[in-house]
Amino acid sequence: MPIISIRDLVVEYDGHRVLDNLSLDIEHGETMVLLGGSGSGKSTLLRQILGLERPKSGSVFVKGIDIAHCSAAELKKVRRSIGVAFQSAALFNSLSVEDNVALTLREHTRLAPSIIELMVWMKLAVVGLADFGKFHPQELSGGMKKRAAVARALALSPEILVLDEPSAGLDPIVAAELDELIVLLKDVFQVTVIVVTHEMPSAFRIADRIAMLYKGRFRSVGSKDEIKASQDPRVRQFLDRIPDKIAQTPAVTAYLEKYLQAQEAQA
Amino acid sequence: MANVLEDVGRSTIDHLDYVGSVNIQWWATLRAMRSALPFVGNRYRWRASVRQMLQIGVDALPMVSLMAICTGFILAMQGASELRRFGAIHYVIDLVAAGFTRELGPLLTAIAVSGRSGSAFAAEIGTMKVTEELDSLRVMALEPIEFILAPKYLAALITVPCLSILSNVCGISAGGLFMFFSTHLSPALYLRDVLESIQLRDVITGLIKSVAFATIIAQVSCLEGFRVRGGPDSVGRSTTSAVVTSTFLVIVADAVFTAIFYFTVKH
Repeated sequence: MPIISIRDLVVEYDGHRVLDNLSLDIEHGETMVLLGGSGSGKSTLLRQILGLERPKSGSVFVKGIDIAHCSAAELKKVRRSIGVAFQSAALFNSLSVEDNVALTLREHTRLAPSIIELMVWMKLAVVGLADFGKFHPQELSGGMKKRAAVARALALSPEILVLDEPSAGLDPIVAAELDELIVLLKDVFQVTVIVVTHEMPSAFRIADRIAMLYKGRFRSVGSKDEIKASQDPRVRQFLDRIPDKIAQTPAVTAYLEKYLQAQEAQA
Repeated sequence: MANVLEDVGRSTIDHLDYVGSVNIQWWATLRAMRSALPFVGNRYRWRASVRQMLQIGVDALPMVSLMAICTGFILAMQGASELRRFGAIHYVIDLVAAGFTRELGPLLTAIAVSGRSGSAFAAEIGTMKVTEELDSLRVMALEPIEFILAPKYLAALITVPCLSILSNVCGISAGGLFMFFSTHLSPALYLRDVLESIQLRDVITGLIKSVAFATIIAQVSCLEGFRVRGGPDSVGRSTTSAVVTSTFLVIVADAVFTAIFYFTVKH
């Protein structure tokens, strides 16, 4: 049984369809990369998987519970098994890095403070921030913030780790370090990892499978090799970094011609 | 005509939606309040409440005191200039004592707290919304109402009445200073007259008002923060709206309470 199962998911904002009848299974222990351009719907899909928004129709089963239609108590239970690192890291600026990591341990467990301290140190050590626990988020670099967010996501030893655009805004070296960290975490903790990204090198380094979204639909779902070999024009355009030829589209050409004719008529 | 009706209808629905949202949030906060209480609640939430009490209460002491002293002087001088003509300057003592305990103490405090802490609540929560920290809390199975709002509300409920009492003391003392310099009335005699003119029901109605004002400021300001959509500019708008709306509602509530006490309490 898949750990996450999305069935016929439809999401609309003000009548505009953002996700259109999506279905996808994510198996235990696999790393699924959700790939797609800006506005393709990947962040919306992530918010559905996290139960942050309700769909228009369809279901999102996480560990067998339909989080689109479950009770608040069930949703809380499911969320305790998911660790999330947001694109902006979303660390609490009023708390130190170690307090950020300790937050869920203090709130959801009855562990002694000394044990929590030890666990926090271990999680920070895993992401290479063992010496930065006393720092506040605003004192960290972009890459360090992302790693601190990963440490916080790992605090409760989740079964599912969700990373939203982990390499966005990072230089190639730091982004590569983060990719290696994700691969390491998956191997060490045996977690299911879902990564949202549009960074191709990162996707091919960490993914077991890749699902490519285009205009709210899955254009292609498969292994790294299947995606690399895909002949789908949109997938190829994405992989080969081919720009849309906006200036040559008929609509733009027609608009410009009409504009010029109107200018001439006025003159 | 149709457009006017449409605008009126839309505006009415928006205002009802706002009132409904405040009430739903208030009810949710009351249900979450237990977690912020000492001994029976969560100790981290209680610590957050104490921090909030320091920010709302202790940090506002100089501002509230100074406002009350100035207003006490103004009230005494304005009252004296009229009452002196009738040879009734002695009634300045009743004017200042009753005016502050029933009305000015709670109202001045509410305006000061609305400007200082209401804006801070909205800006803090709005920024958390923009930086995904609220989503981060939800996916960690922590409810923002319990985690953020309950400590702020508890702190406001405790500190606003305390500040109101301080405001009463400062305002009445300023009146005493005026009487000393203008009529050489000794502080002991002034105090005796003040205690004679103040009635317990005045103090109690003032405190009831303070609790209502604390509720309005905390709930409206936090709601404005939660309703932030978009980027940093909307945080600025919500902060302004928090101060304007809560101050307006405080004055409306003051009028309602004063009318209720006037018609129901026997004089």
